[in-house]
Amino acid sequence: MMSTAALDFRVPSDLAQIEAIVAQVVHRCRECRFDARLLSLNVPVALTEAIANAMVRGNGEDVAKEVRVRAEVSEVRLVIEVEDEGAGFDLDACCVDPTTPERLEREDGRGLFLMRALMDEVVRVEGAANVVRLTLRRR
Amino acid sequence: MTLDASTHGDVLVIALHGQLIVGNRQALKQRVLDDIEGGTRKVVVDFANTGYIDSSGLGVLVSLAKRLRELGGDLRLANLNADLRTLFELTKLDSLFQIAESREQALASF
Repeated sequence: MMSTAALDFRVPSDLAQIEAIVAQVVHRCRECRFDARLLSLNVPVALTEAIANAMVRGNGEDVAKEVRVRAEVSEVRLVIEVEDEGAGFDLDACCVDPTTPERLEREDGRGLFLMRALMDEVVRVEGAANVVRLTLRRR
Repeated sequence: MTLDASTHGDVLVIALHGQLIVGNRQALKQRVLDDIEGGTRKVVVDFANTGYIDSSGLGVLVSLAKRLRELGGDLRLANLNADLRTLFELTKLDSLFQIAESREQALASF
């Protein structure tokens, strides 16, 4: 029988909070026997990017504003929703290719690119511009 | 993340312990910039005890390497695990950095 475990965090926009949330989501994925590579690379990096994006871009690092992270983990997949208090933005418009010669030496611009490279799907939730959903199938 | 700094001849070696991510990247950046201010031009970052890096961490490495190269020096990397190598390959930053298998190799490359 398939089991689903849910995690729900609400934290202020403090970048120091990110690692602890990531560690708990990774732990839950480990319990659901996700592949070791997904646990050491895909999940932690993509989730770090998503939360950092919400805190920095969405909430402007205002600690009075919260970020909510919901993660549903099953033997089939991981679904994470990251919500901030910002107005939201167009994911596709923000996702540039940081590997081109003219962008390669830039300090910024790799966050969304990495999220998309490491997850199976990264989308804005329909009707909620300030919520990003990341999906990763278990393997 | 904590960092240990040591000097080997004219090369500054920074050994990271923990993940290099958005919440702590500034500590690495400031430490290296302070040393650049003091005349350091050659830097090795040792990732033997680092599991992963996020885009902010990658960005700091790019920024520091650029600064050092402008001054005639370089920033080189050592001891990347398979995940870190994947991140550098995905972002094509493996073409921007000299990556050594070990700290000793990185030191010898200068």
